[in-house]
Amino acid sequence: MGRTTAPPKSEHGTRGSGMAWVGRAVRRLEDPALVRGQGHFTANAPAAYWVRFVRSPVAAGQLSKIGAPAGAMVFTADDLKGVKKITPMLHKFSYRPIGQPLLAESVVRFVGEPVAVVVATSAAEAEDLSEQVELSIDETRAISDARMALEASAPSVHVEVPGNVILEGKVKTPGFDETWADADKIIKLEARSRRQNATPMEPRGGHASYEASSGRVTLTCSTQMPHLTRTAICDVLGFPESDLRVIAPDVGGGFGQKMSLAGEYVVLVWLARKLKASVAWTEDRRENLIAAFHSRDQYITLEGAFDRNARLTALKADIIANVGAYSCFPTTCGVEPLMAMAELPGPYDVQQYQCLARGVVTNTCTMAPYRGVSRPVITFTIERLMDKAARAFRIDPIDIRRRNLVDQFPYKSVTGLEYDEATYKEAMEMAVKAIDVPSFRKRQKDARAAGRHLGIGFSTFCERTGYGSPAFAARGMEITPGWETVIVTVDPSGFVEARIGSSPHGQGLRTTLAQIIADELGLAPEMIRVVHGDTDRTPYGWGTFAARSLVISGGATLIAARKVRVTLLKIASHLLEAAPDDILLADGMAKVAGTDRTIPIAMLAREAYMQTHRFKGEIEPGLSETGHYDPPGTFSNACHVAIVEVDVETGHVRVEKFLVAEDAGRIINPMIADGQVHGGIAQGIGNALLEEIIYDDNGSILTASLADYLPPTAHEIPEIELHHIETPSQNSITRAKGLGEGGTIGAPAAVINAINDALSPFGVEIDELPATPQRIRALLRAKEKAV
Amino acid sequence: MKPAPFVRHVPKTLDEAVKILAEVAPKDGRILAGGQSLVPIMAFRLAKPAHLVDINEIAGLDTVSNDGKTLTIGARVRHAAFHKPVVDNPLGQLLTVVARHIAHYPIRMRGTFCGSLAHADPASEWCLVAATLDATLVAKSTRGAREIAAKDFFAGIMSTTLAEDELLVEARLPLVAKDTKFGFNEFTRRAGDFAMAASLVTYRVQGGRIADARIGVGGAEASPRRIPEAEACLNGNASGKAVFVTAAESAAKAIDPLEDHQTDAHYRRDLVRAVVRRALEQSV
Amino acid sequence: MNNKTNITLTINGRDHAIAVEPRRTLADAIREDCGQTGTHIGCEHGICGACTVIVDGEPVRSCLMFAVQADRKKIRTVEGLADGEKLHPMQQAFMDHHGLQCGFCTPGFLMLAVGVLEREPDISDGDLLDVLSSNLCRCTGYQNIIKAVRAAAKEMRK
Repeated sequence: MGRTTAPPKSEHGTRGSGMAWVGRAVRRLEDPALVRGQGHFTANAPAAYWVRFVRSPVAAGQLSKIGAPAGAMVFTADDLKGVKKITPMLHKFSYRPIGQPLLAESVVRFVGEPVAVVVATSAAEAEDLSEQVELSIDETRAISDARMALEASAPSVHVEVPGNVILEGKVKTPGFDETWADADKIIKLEARSRRQNATPMEPRGGHASYEASSGRVTLTCSTQMPHLTRTAICDVLGFPESDLRVIAPDVGGGFGQKMSLAGEYVVLVWLARKLKASVAWTEDRRENLIAAFHSRDQYITLEGAFDRNARLTALKADIIANVGAYSCFPTTCGVEPLMAMAELPGPYDVQQYQCLARGVVTNTCTMAPYRGVSRPVITFTIERLMDKAARAFRIDPIDIRRRNLVDQFPYKSVTGLEYDEATYKEAMEMAVKAIDVPSFRKRQKDARAAGRHLGIGFSTFCERTGYGSPAFAARGMEITPGWETVIVTVDPSGFVEARIGSSPHGQGLRTTLAQIIADELGLAPEMIRVVHGDTDRTPYGWGTFAARSLVISGGATLIAARKVRVTLLKIASHLLEAAPDDILLADGMAKVAGTDRTIPIAMLAREAYMQTHRFKGEIEPGLSETGHYDPPGTFSNACHVAIVEVDVETGHVRVEKFLVAEDAGRIINPMIADGQVHGGIAQGIGNALLEEIIYDDNGSILTASLADYLPPTAHEIPEIELHHIETPSQNSITRAKGLGEGGTIGAPAAVINAINDALSPFGVEIDELPATPQRIRALLRAKEKAV
Repeated sequence: MKPAPFVRHVPKTLDEAVKILAEVAPKDGRILAGGQSLVPIMAFRLAKPAHLVDINEIAGLDTVSNDGKTLTIGARVRHAAFHKPVVDNPLGQLLTVVARHIAHYPIRMRGTFCGSLAHADPASEWCLVAATLDATLVAKSTRGAREIAAKDFFAGIMSTTLAEDELLVEARLPLVAKDTKFGFNEFTRRAGDFAMAASLVTYRVQGGRIADARIGVGGAEASPRRIPEAEACLNGNASGKAVFVTAAESAAKAIDPLEDHQTDAHYRRDLVRAVVRRALEQSV
Repeated sequence: MNNKTNITLTINGRDHAIAVEPRRTLADAIREDCGQTGTHIGCEHGICGACTVIVDGEPVRSCLMFAVQADRKKIRTVEGLADGEKLHPMQQAFMDHHGLQCGFCTPGFLMLAVGVLEREPDISDGDLLDVLSSNLCRCTGYQNIIKAVRAAAKEMRK
């Protein structure tokens, strides 16, 4: 689909740095190895030892004894004396710090909690032995539902967490009560978002090797945050970071699940140091489903006060987030409820807000961020509110959004977020036009007459991206990530290496950052290698998550590349005897504008190392520059439209079409950008219709295979039509905004709104994710009975 | 998720196979045919057979033959063999229509028709076919061969009347009258998933009236079976939407529904009603 | 029960003489005993398809076969798709159409698509979509995988 605004002008770099690469669908530099099956994933490396974790079969209980088979190498918490617990910290919101032991001590708190680790010379043998480990656990009453955990009679999951409320956030604006009382209509809904598992195709895993000569351990692991992993492991085990190297090799998807610290990785490093040998663990799919982090298990009660013009004047929300049995590192389990609270008002202009957000611990697997974190849930919730309000006011769902979307920028949200220049309304109008609503309504009418039920649903949202440390600091996390550093080095052969602290795993950063550098330095992307993932080779960084890497690492890349450019131009100016402003860098050459006096950039690089004396102290030897970037954050936006068909006899929902109009600022590589949107939408459709981690009341997990937890296949995802706007971000030095999470954020809301539109003749509404066939049929059946 | 250790036996003849099976079955020994159902169960260690009798190298077990009256399907015939009709008879087309619904292409390369029957998953499409068309299953052991009617074969979830030392060596399906109409419909959450309800219907129209109606339902009860109450709604009546609806409703009422944490009896009946009616609509 | 059997796996035309337990899956044997790590393991229970390889011309899930069952059979994995430097049209198409992001499911899709298209070059588009629904991908949302396979199918029919 086409661009609808003129390509952004070249606003950065000196004269002559043309935008030859940025904005083009350059093929990915990552791909040649991957399509040949030459990617290096964690499970590829052989090891002396393989481990298997013995996991609690019960959700809650007192662990009294662990019996290991004779001769087997089995370690338990008793062996880990002196090792700290994983204790992320939040200094606000009444957060109660809790620590997770690497291996359970005297209490088990969720099915799947690691209790012991078996070490053997093969994975199969470790599994055989782990079956023979006997656990003596006195089961106690478990609680798996967050609302039930709040009841006075509920068992306590942690002694330190009274009432099972681990944190609480509260907001109330001064004029709230008055505005509420003045409402023309109050619209209420109870939204239920059910537990998700990010389900990357590569489960987690690690390989820790020990180097006798230095005493160092190298941990190769499937992670999104190698540096933070290193910091955390050394902190827990108590040894200097320089003795640990962490490498994120090729990583088979993360989606947030791999940016929280896996205690299992810490155990691997401990074992490598103890055994002075290589030790590996590959998580299996069942383990990933039951014990890798879960997300989005939330109840939100939302009420909106509207004036008689259907303008939203106040929002009241009660958010309950089921955070599971422990608290994820580094964000803490506060990330879901607090983000929900801070961002619930979404793209709408509303300045009165009351919210209570609670994180509730239960005997279930620990929660950690999953692509979009709470944004898919709050978007679904407020978009349902808008559609319900539209019905109550008898106006079109698009019309109510027109009346309420923010359209003056910068806009300060009621929770203090600054929305920068964006196109909330324009994107919606673009989507509405492209989908041709009147045409659809006719088709819907004809279909209804023939007993078929089509529906159309919209969602509009803004996506907070590329936010640096000030934003994280506001959350009160003890560890405040946010900035990124990039070191751009040109070697004497003229080849460029950019070493970054981000940790991409599919986002194509090796290509997009190369494009940015290519434009700045006048080289082809093939001359640029982006190095990431290895703590020995890269500057400290926070990893890749939260739609941040292109904005923040991209920004740092641009800053560093500009510095390199300045030096190259200085050298060129000496060698070409011209002013730096008169020199262009393009196609591997430095050229004096308007002449044919040229010199290869590779030669400039060589001179920087070998002939430094010629530059009279104007440059430092070598050619390496560092860029730091710590931006405030920038909001991208989109409008999603879903057309569905609901089979009212079976409750099955088919998504017939999906359309997006999105604005993510300047697009560095449109092919990669679109790919991010596609992938997010597929996960969003899965969220809306299929995916659900289910626990019974005893905390037993019922969805422990891919036959039970249902990520979508190609059949469930329709053709996705994308339309683009590019509003260059003034909060991002590359003018790019992030967009990695947008698909997951907007899609569930659009699909659920579409289902409700399809079902409107039946007088039933569904406010639940996923809207399974059973749930839809149950609603319809209840209505049939009542009629 | 590695399977527990086992001893693998690779007989070269059928006689050898049943001899080995007789020895190892009491020691938790099982047949390995396609493995597409057995191996996942072993990966989860829900089954830990100490012995596997791998029948994949026995010559002659992989044939589909017909003598004009009966289609005989050998133990090793893969699902993919039915991608194209195997016989010039409505049965051939019926099997091809059904085969497309079984799991996914790569699974169909390995999984076997008979293996599916012996595994007796309530959602199995071939089990539904066998039950609806009154197949005859032939079991072989060291004690000889015996024929089991389909209605006597399925004994509940993952359970058949095969003795532990018996190998299901072939399935026999009667060819159907040339003017037989058939329809098949199943409900799944996603493409290729286990059927939550499935229906196979066949009938003839004689003198404007339906005769010899067979309505089979699978995935909805512990075992697939014909629903006589629903068939009675069809036989003797003119084919048409109204009678299809009645038959479907009757089937929904007649079943003893499987329930689980997501699917209750009401929903299962909803599905049976839908798949029976849709299978009938398809048959026209 | 460590009764290992000597078998030969012929992978991409090369023989690998290995000794494996009967329970060793073909996927594990290909990866660990034969060192061909391009075939990935995503679930080990036959659902995700990441482990798809071609055995005697048939695309199959290598986590659902035991290595001993593949003795003396012709096995093709992703490492054997390219002809030296020259990529297979399927690989080229995946690159041209951005049909991969993290790359973990990619070998499985490549072998599935190549395996089916070699058997059925004139497969209908609807049937092709059915086939592509066999494997799971979490990154791409399938859009570009479908584009890539369609483009490669055209190339392969030439």
